[in-house]
Amino acid sequence: MTGGAAPLCRDCLRFAAAAARRCAACGSPRLLAHPERDRLAIAHVDCDAFYAAVEKRDDPSLRDRPVIVGGGRRGVAATCCYVARTYGVRSAMPMFKALEACPDAVVIRPDMEKYKQVGREIRTRMLDLTPLVEPLSIDQAFLDLNGTDRLHGASPALTLARFARAVEHEVGVTVSVGLAPNKFLAKIASDFDKPRGFSIIGQQEAAAFLGDKPVGILPGIGAAAGARLAQAGITLVRHLLGRPLADLYRVAGSDAPRLARLARGEDDRPVRPERETKSVSAETTFDEDLRSLEDLEPILWRLAEKVSARLKRSGLAGGSVTLKLKDTGFRLRTRQTSGLPPTQLATRLYEPARALLRAECDGTAFRLIGIGASDLTDGAEADRGDLADLEVGRAARREAAIDRLRERFGDGAVLRGLSLRDRRR
Amino acid sequence: MRVTVERAALLKALGHVHRVVERRNTIPILSNVLLRADASGLGLKATDLDMEVTETVAADVPQPGATTVPAHVIYDIVRKLADGSQISLETSADGAQMQIRAGRSRFMLQALPETDFPDLAAGEMPHAFTLPAGDLKRLIDKTQFAISTEETRYYLNGIFLHAVDGGGSGGLLRAVATDGHRLARVELPAPQGALGMPGVIVPRKAVAEIQKLVDDGAEEVRVELSSAKVRLTFAGVVLTSKLIDGTFPDYQRVIPTGNDKRLVVDRDVFAKAVDRVSTISSERGRAVKLAVTEGRMTLSVNNPDSGSATEELEVDYEASGLDIGFNARYLLDITNQLDGDTATFMLADPGSPTLIQDREGAPALYVLMPMRV
Repeated sequence: MTGGAAPLCRDCLRFAAAAARRCAACGSPRLLAHPERDRLAIAHVDCDAFYAAVEKRDDPSLRDRPVIVGGGRRGVAATCCYVARTYGVRSAMPMFKALEACPDAVVIRPDMEKYKQVGREIRTRMLDLTPLVEPLSIDQAFLDLNGTDRLHGASPALTLARFARAVEHEVGVTVSVGLAPNKFLAKIASDFDKPRGFSIIGQQEAAAFLGDKPVGILPGIGAAAGARLAQAGITLVRHLLGRPLADLYRVAGSDAPRLARLARGEDDRPVRPERETKSVSAETTFDEDLRSLEDLEPILWRLAEKVSARLKRSGLAGGSVTLKLKDTGFRLRTRQTSGLPPTQLATRLYEPARALLRAECDGTAFRLIGIGASDLTDGAEADRGDLADLEVGRAARREAAIDRLRERFGDGAVLRGLSLRDRRR
Repeated sequence: MRVTVERAALLKALGHVHRVVERRNTIPILSNVLLRADASGLGLKATDLDMEVTETVAADVPQPGATTVPAHVIYDIVRKLADGSQISLETSADGAQMQIRAGRSRFMLQALPETDFPDLAAGEMPHAFTLPAGDLKRLIDKTQFAISTEETRYYLNGIFLHAVDGGGSGGLLRAVATDGHRLARVELPAPQGALGMPGVIVPRKAVAEIQKLVDDGAEEVRVELSSAKVRLTFAGVVLTSKLIDGTFPDYQRVIPTGNDKRLVVDRDVFAKAVDRVSTISSERGRAVKLAVTEGRMTLSVNNPDSGSATEELEVDYEASGLDIGFNARYLLDITNQLDGDTATFMLADPGSPTLIQDREGAPALYVLMPMRV
């Protein structure tokens, strides 16, 4: 086995001489060297501009053009390719802003089925490397490659380099790899050298590496927590290291020990193959702003049906229902009803969400609505009814009958009258 | 206002009204008790905006008037004053304070003007009837445990009180409560005037207060109703409460009528056995399994974390064998409410609601959902 110091060529997968700048065999400058390279085994793999990359793969004429994958005039850019990014377009940017920045962009409606299929293909390849694959989304996952050296006859770093090359050549999209002693550092590393990247953060350098990064780099530190920390003079990760834990408790509460550990580059969360679903939700952005309950109801109903279908498919039931609204000023409103008898029925998800919606319809114009189910429990125990709820059994049988009809004749076979009121159809 | 009142009488009245007052209030005057002195004596009133309690005590009133003072404070003061003392209450000239004097003790309390004190405005009460306090106590005691605390189904957070035809010529007055897992229904011959009443849901906080007031020795209780409020008059004490604005479920449909497996147990022996075997189960979801065969029942609890327990009982049972599980807490709640020496279960199958009474046709009946074991 070669020591970590001999650079590994990521293009031809050969090892180069110790201080080489380019691969002696193929001339590539993409050499991977790091003192801890062959000892690290936790990786984060992230596809580069995934949806756009898939579209470019399938239509080579798009290769050098700015591509934005996103929904409608009013939606957001789900993914933008690296060409578009040079114009200042970013993922999750509202479409109109993205088009302002890059008027020549090719806008493509997302084809989720296609992306899911490519995502699955990549996932299968990951599972060939290790059973310990924790998917974070369709296009990224953590991998724990500990103990796979003998299986693959290679260190995790070499295995991952092979994997990245194979995905690029055989699937047709590129990935970036982060290799580190834990998930937190691996995630940061994969982001460090995008696209087609491979970076390594070792335990030795972790604290120094993180020190001058903004605290927002730590998972769980968003705008609100960031502002609270900034008020206490903590803007960079290294500011966390200088503080006694007692001080941190005053600023960050019970999150303090976790933040202190992360600041030192420590993270003992294992890579979990099965990520538990915490919530199931669906949302949509409108082409025109909507403000009346009458206009919003049918959309909410169809989203409730969508969430219900997903709950039924995965055998789950939700005990809390969350309504999400975004107004024209992009201010988010979320409202939740919890403590409900767990349900997977569309009608039972819709009713509490509608009650929440009614209270929010105060003339405000909204651009987005969403509904989510959380506090998930086993779907088999749900919707059985009790002494005070005789209706639910009938509602469950009614929906099951409708579901069977839709399975045979398509989703449009049976519709609730309410959904016909959707003016957008 | 200037008034002199006997400590014992004032303490008893404050004891009744101060319980209504919430310990924490965002509206300051809701922490206070209204005191009004006039020719009829000293009237007290407290409210939480959903319910109010008023009471009048005999008093010597040299100068009529009214004020409000913190309810829990004046209650504590009067409680600590010497037994048998005469208490004088006097407001300051500007009405901002009230002085309490008894023996050598003097207290000054901050007062708020009585004009700011909210009134529940009972309005007209078109339905009225009177029933013995003991009957009201039965209706409440035997159903209260089944009231739900689940906020999403707010219409279950009280006792459903209504009149139905049947039970001879006069009709029946019924109290029903359920939390979805168990249901309690108690009935008695309807008092005169009750038959035309609307079905009303009395909220759990009012139920708890009524229960305490009934225990305090009134002989008869007058009940007045509108569709939005209920007023109960116990000798001298008047409780007015808003009703829960909702529709109680059609409970008759869940009371099983076709259950044909009849099981009779010795109530006390059964309850003690359930209590014993449930010791082994964890706090949540305490399921006890009843395996019933001819003449015999085996109670068992299996807790993977701590162990298992079984106990055998002789029972009166002739139908085909059956295994059924129940929440041990719920079983005990119900057996505690039964009056007779026996408990009669009418069973159908392990998944269907079970009917429990002390004997068939008893005025109190309970329905219990089984658990999967």
